[in-house]
Amino acid sequence: MIFRRLFCSALAVAGLLGAGSTRAEERFITVSSTTSTEQSGLFGHLLPAFEKASGIKVRVVALGTGQALDLARRGDADVVFVHDKTAEEKFIAEGFGVKRQEVMYNDFIVVGPKADPAKAHGTNGRDILEGLRRIEATKAPFVSRGDKSGTHAAELRYWKAAGIDLDKAKGPWYRDTGSGMGPALNTAASMNAYILADRGTWLSFKNRGELAIIVEGDTKLFNQYGVILVNPAKHPHVKQADGQKFIDWVVAAEGQQAIASYKIGGEQLFFPNAKP
Amino acid sequence: MTTLGDSFLTAWQLVAAADTRLAGIVWLSLRVSFAATLIACVVGMPIGALLAVGRFPGRRVLIVLFNGLMGLPPVVVGLLVYLLLSRAGPLGAFGLLFSPTAMVIAQAILVTPIVAALTRQVIADEWAEYREQLRSLGASRSRAAATLLWDGRFSLSTAALAGFGRAIAEVGAVMIVGGNIDGVTRVMTTTIALETSKGDLPLALALGLVLIAVVLSINAVAYAVRGWAERKWG
Repeated sequence: MIFRRLFCSALAVAGLLGAGSTRAEERFITVSSTTSTEQSGLFGHLLPAFEKASGIKVRVVALGTGQALDLARRGDADVVFVHDKTAEEKFIAEGFGVKRQEVMYNDFIVVGPKADPAKAHGTNGRDILEGLRRIEATKAPFVSRGDKSGTHAAELRYWKAAGIDLDKAKGPWYRDTGSGMGPALNTAASMNAYILADRGTWLSFKNRGELAIIVEGDTKLFNQYGVILVNPAKHPHVKQADGQKFIDWVVAAEGQQAIASYKIGGEQLFFPNAKP
Repeated sequence: MTTLGDSFLTAWQLVAAADTRLAGIVWLSLRVSFAATLIACVVGMPIGALLAVGRFPGRRVLIVLFNGLMGLPPVVVGLLVYLLLSRAGPLGAFGLLFSPTAMVIAQAILVTPIVAALTRQVIADEWAEYREQLRSLGASRSRAAATLLWDGRFSLSTAALAGFGRAIAEVGAVMIVGGNIDGVTRVMTTTIALETSKGDLPLALALGLVLIAVVLSINAVAYAVRGWAERKWG
């Protein structure tokens, strides 16, 4: 019957279209990472160098640190590359990761309206805790990632360290957006609000509006990135050899130099600090 | 608005420069959504026709169900397919997550109810008109459904186009099951979302304009082909 033939050929065409150029034999690993590394353009700079050196393609899925770790917990990634030490150590302790290695750092900054209505800049613009206290005291609009990302976790730690109980202090001034770094910055730019951001995303962010850096340089604002191989004992399909190759490369001289050489407008975004 | 002006200019430059990366992204978008629509038509059109012509218990419930499923949220479909295809999920062993195939599956699920519901409407109208005639010829109901499907093939192209439009425009499902991986699963809509995240609003809007232009051209081609086919075989 004509319909059966139509049916079969349509399915065949659909199959061809869907699978057409996935190139099943291509050698690749899947890395779950953070929006900050992807959206700052670091991976676009780093990965081609690794691919050239090793012949292994790296497929990056960029999410918040919390989601990136969850993805790896389900076995959907070979390597995680994130920035939340506490969450990373928990991941290892649960047996999902083999070993955590430090790769690089950058720092968090508080971005806010140039006019700084909350006077969060303080005396020298280097005190994150005082800055947050002033924002809370004046109820100046503040945008939070609210997405369990590494930056969100850091923000919550700073509020706590500043002695502010967010659950009580929360009000219309505190906007929980549940979005990635870029979208949250877009929201902050359109509301002229304060926000905690990572420097890399801020430097490459284009829609700044009236925003500028208000607080930076506090040693507490240090933001460490780590890399972990997903445990093949938990997920046997993990590409152990190729994943380890990527980790070895990124913590060795070649990878570290590639990280250091990534600049936007002459400014270095990430500072390699792997321990040999 | 400078952003709008910038965007039109950027869009034009992107197209004029015949950027190969952009071409790759557009091609993947078309491939995935076309495959998904094809599957949706193969599955959805017979279902729609049977719902229009058939008489069986639960038919009304199914009609309401398919009409309702037209409003399936893409994010929910994405999540569902993600959990199915995830290594920890029931179909994890196939390793399909973060591949174009996964995106086709998600979009096909999203689009099938649309095609089925619209097909049912078209066929129901035809059924009302030709019912007596088909009966007098002694056609069974499934035979009648097949005949009406073939008879209404030109009208049904609209159902397919509606499905295709939904598939190519959605971002929620392909973002989750595809992962927006550069060069592998990055399509037009996820690229637009990414550029918006980076705060490059003119480029994001420019890509949007390119997407709209692509969809418009496809509809124009489909319309022309339909007219030509109708004259030839109608």
